[in-house]
Amino acid sequence: MSLEQFKNRNVGVQSYKTLDVGTPPKTGMEKFTQVVKRSVKGELFVGLGVVMKRMLEALFKNDMHTVKYPFEKMPISPRYRAIHEMLRLLESGNYRCIGCGLCEKICISNCISMETRYDENQRKEVSEYTINFGRCIFCGYCAEVCPELAIVHGQRYETASEQRAGFSLFEDMLTPIDQLNLQQEFDGFGAVSPNADDNIKQTPLAY
Amino acid sequence: MSELETIDNMISITIDGTEFKAKEGEYILNAARANNVFIPAICYLTRCSPTLACRICLVEADGKQVYACNAKVKDGMNITVDTPNILEERRAIMEVYDVNHPLQCGVCDKSGECELQNYTLHLGVDSQSYMIPDTKRETANWSSVLHYDAGLCIVCERCTTVCKDMIGDAAIKTVKRGGEALDKGFKDSMPKDAYSMWNKLQKSIIAPSNGTGETNCSDCGECAAVCPVGALVSRDFVYSSNAWDLKRVPAVSAHSSDGFQIYYEVKPTSIEDRTEKIYRVTNEWNYVSLDGSARFAYDFQNTTATKDEKAFNSAIEAFKKADTIRFNSMITNEEALMLQTLKEKMGVKLYNPEVKAFQTFLNYYEASSGNSLWTTDTDSIMKKSDFVISIGSALRNDSPGMKYAFNNVQKLNKGAGLYFHPVGDTLIPTFGKNIESFNHKVGLEELALYLVLDLFADKDKLPEDVKSYIDSFKKSEKQTIQEKLVKTVKEMVLNEESGEEEEVSKKVTEMVEKEVTVTVNTLVDILGGDSSKFDATFEKMMKKKESFVMMLGEDLYYHNKAENIAKLVALVEATCNIDIVMTPPKSNALGVALICELDDEQSGYTIGYNENGDFRLSALGNGDIDMPAMNQQEGTLTSMNKRVLPTNAAVDYNGYELNDLMKELIDAPELTIDWTQKLPTDRGFKSVAFDDLPNSFENDGTDNRGYILETSNVDTELPKVEKCDESSVLDGEIAYRCNPARQFNDFTDKSHEIFEPFALYASKDKAESLGEKVEVIFDNGTITLDVIADEKMTGDIVKVADFKALEGVYDLFGGSRYKTVTLRKV
Ligand code: SF4
Ligand code: SF4
Ligand code: SF4
Ligand code: SF4
Ligand code: FES
Repeated sequence: MSLEQFKNRNVGVQSYKTLDVGTPPKTGMEKFTQVVKRSVKGELFVGLGVVMKRMLEALFKNDMHTVKYPFEKMPISPRYRAIHEMLRLLESGNYRCIGCGLCEKICISNCISMETRYDENQRKEVSEYTINFGRCIFCGYCAEVCPELAIVHGQRYETASEQRAGFSLFEDMLTPIDQLNLQQEFDGFGAVSPNADDNIKQTPLAY
Repeated sequence: MSELETIDNMISITIDGTEFKAKEGEYILNAARANNVFIPAICYLTRCSPTLACRICLVEADGKQVYACNAKVKDGMNITVDTPNILEERRAIMEVYDVNHPLQCGVCDKSGECELQNYTLHLGVDSQSYMIPDTKRETANWSSVLHYDAGLCIVCERCTTVCKDMIGDAAIKTVKRGGEALDKGFKDSMPKDAYSMWNKLQKSIIAPSNGTGETNCSDCGECAAVCPVGALVSRDFVYSSNAWDLKRVPAVSAHSSDGFQIYYEVKPTSIEDRTEKIYRVTNEWNYVSLDGSARFAYDFQNTTATKDEKAFNSAIEAFKKADTIRFNSMITNEEALMLQTLKEKMGVKLYNPEVKAFQTFLNYYEASSGNSLWTTDTDSIMKKSDFVISIGSALRNDSPGMKYAFNNVQKLNKGAGLYFHPVGDTLIPTFGKNIESFNHKVGLEELALYLVLDLFADKDKLPEDVKSYIDSFKKSEKQTIQEKLVKTVKEMVLNEESGEEEEVSKKVTEMVEKEVTVTVNTLVDILGGDSSKFDATFEKMMKKKESFVMMLGEDLYYHNKAENIAKLVALVEATCNIDIVMTPPKSNALGVALICELDDEQSGYTIGYNENGDFRLSALGNGDIDMPAMNQQEGTLTSMNKRVLPTNAAVDYNGYELNDLMKELIDAPELTIDWTQKLPTDRGFKSVAFDDLPNSFENDGTDNRGYILETSNVDTELPKVEKCDESSVLDGEIAYRCNPARQFNDFTDKSHEIFEPFALYASKDKAESLGEKVEVIFDNGTITLDVIADEKMTGDIVKVADFKALEGVYDLFGGSRYKTVTLRKV
């Protein structure tokens, strides 16, 4: 393999836009003038003023600018990769996972493990499923590879635990059946792209 | 075949501009494969006949489109694999295969190793142009091991082909499925071959050939192995693991003496239990076909074993005071060598009733023929033989590899066969049109060999006494035969129009009796054949036959005239143009026979290795000290093809091995496989280290596994053979020591996918007359067994299974495979 591509260190330079930040002071005199200017201007008090204004708003106008973590949490981007969830089909309430094992296969840190069997309805049933969150690096591959949008990343990002290994079972991650109406369709890694319809060709069917 | 001849048969062909050598008369596809050129092909199986179901193997040869699997190479042939037209055909074919194919790859057992997936991707099928309404196709269980999902089936007919051409059961076939008729418009709009392939595909589906829902076959699972898609899968394996999760451990089938190549496929047992478990057994099905024991008897490992020091110490004590070690053929060459070394150093007796008779027979054979071992093997039989004779072996039960070869010769080499056995079998004659089976009386095996001499020997080479003995069976006889005679008779008939009687002449054929003198070969009649028809049949069988082979089985080794039989075999070899092959009874019998000096009797304090004894080493986990089972140890096995084959450990073993005991008792090397190099070179073994043994097939099917035993042959004089003593023929109620197919030993029995019970097997009528349970009374003991009807058996002889060592069936039969017994209903 050639090392050319490794030697070129100007990665991405071509598409950067540089901001106009003026010219930094060069001589000693210039630097001195800059310090004096800033001190006299009292920029420190501008900052303090903003804080005071926000505090008064919070105290008297009930307009909070912080959240009371852990009682409150900020909404996070759908693309954030937190603890996994297992989704259900909205119509039937069945779990979506078909037991294809792709997540198990793709998992880069080898922390998914599953067992399947032939069930009474001649279908493949997931009889056991675990993720070891002590090893998971939240890369999102599992969610991306899942053909059924069954395994997704949820919003629970607190992953501190007392032990290194922390196993979650299928039931732990599965949407509780009584909260099916609260189940959110996932927009992050592995979700259907907005223009998916344009990208597929329909298979002709004769019925 | 000498080197020169091989080169002479080679011709040159050009594929896509590159010149290659190919064997004359070979199919283009095989020639390409042998030269590592890829031609897409779905339905063709290397050792079976082409079915032309898929048509994807289209190539252009000398400007004409041909099917590579069905067209033979010619000298100077110019082959193009892809032309625009062919690529169009192939793509259309793959699109058609994908029409209504369930989008089920996510759960399908074949996903990841599916040929439909592979070719769809290979040919870049990214859109579908065809459609037709689907028909409902049901899943079904065909037997205790076969699961068929018709929805996934692409009707490539590989399963039916392998079952017919290789296995011989022909238990499945294509049937009508009542699919919608194709839109006529497609005929003009789509590529020609794709259309005709679709036309056939749309009409057919696979089903058991006997019309019931059950295959009632030998449950070998080979059909499932060759299925390119997830349609045919073993019932036990369905949805239990993805192909890519399984690790393949190359090994050798442990139970029959065929030495089939297998892979144990392992992965952790479950999420909680991370010890590896065998999920299934697979094989290189283009080059080797497995029987049911090789494929399904895999989970016989000794799981409970621990390093129990107390047991170890008492084992050492036991070995120190032992007079005899009793064992069977379920043992590697290395372990056999350990026992032999023990015998040499400590003077113990080695007792092995399973192998002893075979070993003695081999010695007789070597003494009278000068050959240290038989002269051919199943691979070369399938490659070139066209006439097979089987004597002394219940082909269906004893030796799957021989059965496949016998059948394959009929199907692919336009062969013929003679089958001599006291127990009638309805399956063997269905292998081909040119098979004669002789159900002779027990004890007439020598006469069968005399008949072979009579039919095939170069009479000038035969000793006078043999010639006159054979001639003594030829009788001139006056026979009255029926002959057709055409006569003209005159008759008075009433003419209806005129109302008058008229004379009319009519031709009538009449059968008249006529006396003629014919030579009757009474040998044929004595052996249970029909001499009046045999001559004509035999003449037909012999048409265009060039390569003859005789298969010998266990009955002959246990014969009380074994020595004479061995001489007769040597005489056949010397005077007829017939190659010999023998079936070693079970597993590593040949290895044991070559390595160990076995004693005739056991006496005194006996150590049983997987056998009865005062102190028992057992890989079944029920003895005084645990041993590793065959799937838990490394070592080599010697197969009927005279190959020394390496096998590997598939699952963990935590106890002591025989070598640990040896280290304590005698001067033994560190590891069991350190013995591999020490195998006796004077018996044909080579001094090769275990890790240097190759284990693969080449693309053209050449078997490169392990090495072939060195054999020697010296010139000998023609052996002096005795006449057959017809008075030793057994009459009355006869029991035959013979296992049901798929059962060979305690280990097959332990495996959860083997269901054939330890019982007495009888033909349907016999079983009915015997009732449910019988006591079989021998002169030295009795055994009570359930009676099971084997629909493919005929006659009155009953088969008594011997696969449970602790039941002592070998002791009941003594030095023989047949015994007169009393059967008492209980
Ligand atoms: S996020 Fe990545 S590491 Fe974690 S389970 Fe999924 S694939 Fe494995
Ligand atoms: S990839 Fe999705 S459907 Fe497949 S096993 Fe994982 S969670 Fe289930
Ligand atoms: S047979 Fe092959 S293509 Fe069909 S569902 Fe199974 S893996 Fe997919
Ligand atoms: S079951 Fe499998 S091997 Fe048999 S015809 Fe169908 S696809 Fe081919
Ligand atoms: S491989 Fe030749 S027709 Fe299928």
